[in-house]
Amino acid sequence: MKCQKCTKAATMHITEVLPGDRFEELHLCEDCAQKVLFEVPKPLKSGSVSGEESDEFTPAKSACSSCGIKFVEFRNSGRLGCPNDYTEFRDELLPLLENIHGEIRHAGKTPRRSPKARAANGELLQLRKQLQVAVTREAYEEAARIRDRIRQLETS
Amino acid sequence: MNPDNLVQTTGEWLRATGPESDVVVSTRIRLARNHAAYPFTNRASPHQKAEIEAIVREKVAQVDSDRPLHFINISKLGQLDRQFLVERQLISRELANAEGPRAVVVDDREAVSIMVNEEDHLRLQVMRSGLALDEAWQDIDSVDDRIEQVFDYAFSDEFGYLTACPTNVGTGMRASVMLHLPALVLTKQIEKVFRALQKINLVVRGLYGEGSRASGDFYQISNQVTLGKSESAALTEIREVNRQIIEYERQARTLIIKETRQAIQDRVARALGTLQSATMMTSEETMELLSSVRLGVNVGLVTGLPITLVNELFLHTQPAHLQKLMGTQLDGEERNAARARYLRTRLKEAGPNPN
Repeated sequence: MKCQKCTKAATMHITEVLPGDRFEELHLCEDCAQKVLFEVPKPLKSGSVSGEESDEFTPAKSACSSCGIKFVEFRNSGRLGCPNDYTEFRDELLPLLENIHGEIRHAGKTPRRSPKARAANGELLQLRKQLQVAVTREAYEEAARIRDRIRQLETS
Repeated sequence: MNPDNLVQTTGEWLRATGPESDVVVSTRIRLARNHAAYPFTNRASPHQKAEIEAIVREKVAQVDSDRPLHFINISKLGQLDRQFLVERQLISRELANAEGPRAVVVDDREAVSIMVNEEDHLRLQVMRSGLALDEAWQDIDSVDDRIEQVFDYAFSDEFGYLTACPTNVGTGMRASVMLHLPALVLTKQIEKVFRALQKINLVVRGLYGEGSRASGDFYQISNQVTLGKSESAALTEIREVNRQIIEYERQARTLIIKETRQAIQDRVARALGTLQSATMMTSEETMELLSSVRLGVNVGLVTGLPITLVNELFLHTQPAHLQKLMGTQLDGEERNAARARYLRTRLKEAGPNPN
């Protein structure tokens, strides 16, 4: 298993107990574990019975509008769900990229054919997701409509 | 194409014809690419993976007019054939063991391969014999340009080529050089070399089995950073480091011949003798002995044995290759007997002599 914060192997497995019977599992390498363990502890939320939940351990609760992945899921698996995640989770990804590469901006080859020419790609990603949902719901008429739209965009 | 057609041959990367081939076995560059309008492989439905596969089969496989590309459907292959392609370095272990629609596209010389539906939709790979980073880059760059015309790449100006794992984003390029470093291992300098490499963000791996101890004294050195550094800058770094390591290995070879000639002579002669006469041979022992023989050939302690043949024996004695060559499935013990028999026969044909 890989460390959730960098690319090294995870050797420390930490279960963080959060208020309200919740807990979070962390799988980290030695270095990152040190950082996490010796961070200044966050003030305990005493008497948080109001049902108000802390966001601290799960930034970006919202899911990607194209593929539906949540940032937490990415952190657990180490794999993003679709190209759109780089836009959707940009703020969360930047520190991670800086950590891995020491840089945050591409400096290499660019496709000769400008990808902007294919603005339809974003819509296609979303349509494919909708198609999947429609098929699982057995809403075949809707699925057929979505499929036609996909074909139309692909050939345009 | 049927993998059986490849059994009798050796891939481009093992020909031992490239520059510095006394130390460098091969150069490999791979590019990670994804389609902009599909979720990454791990989030793609089987149907979507099949669509990606179809684009590759119908369009990508046709892009190279200079050399015919063959499409191999991995999900239709048996376990032995998949393992065989892994041993030839045409596909990764991950792709071999994955599920769902997946494929590889290969040219006749096995210099180009394109994995489909691995961690990324496409993993383009070019292999060259010896140290040939520039040539490999020119090759893969032009293959990449041609694929781009029929496959909409996921690319952003800010992050470059977008990949499923952020460790590959940017250039998506991993350049690896495979080195044979027996003298650095014998003189126990190898650890020192690797500690120095880790400081400059290069990764070292063994030949077969990631992360495990390198067998046969083969080591792969690759770049790690893909974002914020151009392909040519990354290649220059790797090239310079490799030049140094090649120099160290050659110095170590000269040193052991000068100072411990008899011991090395004995080691090489015993290795050759065992390979020529043993009746049971494990894969590990074969790698170890062949490594000594390869060193012997390179320092002139063995004559009449071409390096190409030694390279070929490394590959052909791997489990799946051996079974394909014998034309039958073999269990562990049977393989050890067949391996020993195969080595005896091939070495007898060549008739090498220890000096």
